Formats: sequence, C-alpha cells, structure tokens
Amino acid sequence: MTQVRVLAGTRKGAFVLASDGKRDKWSVSGPHFGGWEVYHMKGSPADPNRLYASQNTGWFGQLVQRSDDGGETWQPVGNDFSYVGEPGTHVWYDGAPRPWEFKRIWHLEPSPDDPDVVYAGGEDAALFRSANGGQTWTELTGLRLHESAPVWAPGAGGLCLHTIILQESRMFAAISSVGTFRSDDDGETWRPVNSGLVSEGIPDNDAEVGHCVHHVEAHPSRPDTLFMQKHWDVMRSDDGGLSWTEISGNLPSDFGFPIAVHAHEAETVYVVPITSDSLHYPPDGRLRVWRSRSGGHEWQELSAGLPERDCYVNVYRDAMSVDTLDECGIYFGTTGGQVYASADSGDSWAPIVRDLPAVLSVEVQVLP
Amino acid sequence: MHGEVVVCVPAPVLTQRAVLDAIESRFPVLGGTIRDRRTGKRRAFIRFYACEQDLSNEPPDAPLPDPVAKAIAAGAEPFLVVGAMAGG
Repeated sequence: MTQVRVLAGTRKGAFVLASDGKRDKWSVSGPHFGGWEVYHMKGSPADPNRLYASQNTGWFGQLVQRSDDGGETWQPVGNDFSYVGEPGTHVWYDGAPRPWEFKRIWHLEPSPDDPDVVYAGGEDAALFRSANGGQTWTELTGLRLHESAPVWAPGAGGLCLHTIILQESRMFAAISSVGTFRSDDDGETWRPVNSGLVSEGIPDNDAEVGHCVHHVEAHPSRPDTLFMQKHWDVMRSDDGGLSWTEISGNLPSDFGFPIAVHAHEAETVYVVPITSDSLHYPPDGRLRVWRSRSGGHEWQELSAGLPERDCYVNVYRDAMSVDTLDECGIYFGTTGGQVYASADSGDSWAPIVRDLPAVLSVEVQVLP
Repeated sequence: MHGEVVVCVPAPVLTQRAVLDAIESRFPVLGGTIRDRRTGKRRAFIRFYACEQDLSNEPPDAPLPDPVAKAIAAGAEPFLVVGAMAGG
C-alpha cells in the first residue's frame, strides 16, 4: 500500500510524519536528535529508506545523521567539512575581508541514482560531496574558488549555500545574498547565472553576484525551466538560468522564502508570500499559499483550511515540498510548528501537526 | 550528548589536549564537536572541568594541575566536557 512520509526538520529535532495514500490520517515519530537544530533532512530517491539529516547546535557544531530504515534508527556519519587549501576570504558585514569559516550544513541533496552519493551545501558557502553514504566529504572547490568569491558577503541568514539541483552532469547551486551558479561538468567549474535579477541596494543592475536568492526549483521534465523566490521578486528562467524574468504578477507581496513546482504540471507553481523583508509573516495575518497554473504572472490565492486571522508565522526556504501521487500533495511547515498538507494540489489544506518546534525544512517521500 | 566514557591516554603527561585527543581517537564522531577542526581551539560554548576547577581557558598543552591529573588518572574524578548551561 502506498505510504507517504514527510520529513520535518525543526529548531529542536527531527520528526517523521507518515500516512497512507489518502493523506488524511498521520502518525508522528520524533523528536529525533531532540534539542538539536535539524536544518534539513532528505531521503534518497534511489533508496527511500536511506535518509540523511543535518544536525547542528551552537554548542557542539555539525553532525550528519544517516538512517537506512526510513528513520527508525540513525547513526552519525562524517562531519568533517574542511575547505580545501587555504580558504581565503569573503566580505564580512562591515566590508572587511573575513576568512571562510565552516558553520553548518543547510541542505543535503542525495543523488537520484546512488544512495551513497549525497551533496551538502554549507555555510560559509561551499559545496561538498560524499560518495560513501556521508562517511567522508570532499569539497567541490570550483564553486568557492570562483573568481567572484572574494566579494561574496553574507545576508541576514549568513553566507549559506541552501539550494542544490542535480540534473545529470548539470548542477545548480544557490547562495544567499550571492546568487545562483551553474555547473555543466559535474560541479568542477561554475558560472553565475543571475542575468535579469534586479536587487535593491546593488547599484549595478548587471552585477553578476550580490543577489539574495531564497530558493530555486525545477521540474524534472523541464530542466531548463527554473523558478526562483528571491528576497523580493518571483522569477523564472527558461534557458537554464542564463536569463531571468519576473513573474510576480498579482501576488500580494513578492517577498518570501520557499517556492515549489507541482509534480505533474510543470507550469504550476506555489509560493507563500510574506509581508516584507522586515515583517516575516503573511500579509494581514492570513496564511495563504498562492498558486499559478500558468508558470507565473497570474496567481490564485489558496486559503481553504489555512488560518484566516492572527497568523504571524513564516515559512522557510526549504520548508515546502510536493509528493508525486496522481493527485499531487503539497506540504509546508511554519515557524509556529505547524505542518500543513494538501492532498488536492493546494485546493484545501489541513494541519498534520500543530505544535512542533519551528519548522526549518519539509521533504516528502512516496513509498510504493 | 550525555554519557561517561573511559579512555586510555597514551601520553607521559596528562594535558587537556592529550585527554581530548584520546576521546576523539576513540570516538571519531566527536571530531569537530568539542574543538574546531582547523584551529584546534575549544568551541565557544564548551567548557572543561575537573575536580571542581574550570580548566576551559588553560593552555591545552599545559600539564593538568598535579592533584587533578592524579585524580583523573586514578579514575577518581572525571574530566568533564560540558555544553555551557545557558541559551536556548
């Protein structure tokens, strides 16, 4: 029988939520790694019972946990995320050069083909790869050693590499306050792909880097089409990131963090508008998902089952995901500890759980 | 992370570094969680105690005070690695 598994990383541990294909009754397992921040947890497409979790605290730093039984049991694997060579400097908040310093892993992206291969996006921004199930990690230095790296500067959330998209030999990586990068050679070399992004505070409209990308998604069937939620502006590219156009259209605010693409409709996109860069909660205290079925520009407010008033939560960049059932399910978690699910492509919503710690990430697996 | 472990410290003189090296050698997963991997410095919110003394800011290669070293070596007192008890 089909099972759906939702992996929720939170500020104080990880939770595994499970249901059958109806997605109306859920079990909750956790917290795993109670008290630790779990920035991201994701399963291998090649072996759904192989899960990876990024576990961190300010006290003890970074661990990576691996499960081979769908989250029943876990074992710590490698946590040596060393920058290769002398790490050099980027720009600090005061404009001074600052040496690269590892802080945490924001995102884990397992290979679609090999459960032992997994990529990790770090802060300070760098991309790591493991080919042995997370036991050891090797930096793909081409990104951090890009010629623009010495002028990269952190945003409010840090200099974090938060998005990794794997498309056979082509890869995309996005870095907060820097921009999106593309590699066409398995991560050896990289180029910024930010043409068309316009960011307030950057005097040069043609600046290659310095753009605060919040999240990027691509539909598997349309690898050249990318959707981006930027600090402000919702954008799309139809040429593999070489150029971007704004698709914010009638959104009540084009500030937000996550963006998701429907599993079966490559032009159906979801965002959660947030009031502004200083007001990280929904406009008017009403939590809404907005859906475009036309690849942007025209957006529809989705409200059924979502809070109508007095809601002042945020939805983080990795906290929205979709399942692959025939009737596509959409999921997102909030800083208020709710995980909402829709089993009908967003037409109606219900909370799976209401009172978790602040949700940092949500990923979904469909098990045969 | 809670628990008490016994490790053999293969050093003629008991120092903070020797103790921590022995712990990390036996439990590699603790690498980077107590001391910064690159600099070897104590992580900011970690403290070291033994015999009711705060050893956190002692030089890592300095011999532990004699009565402390003797008590630890005899197994009478633990060398405590503690996450600072503040914060959220």
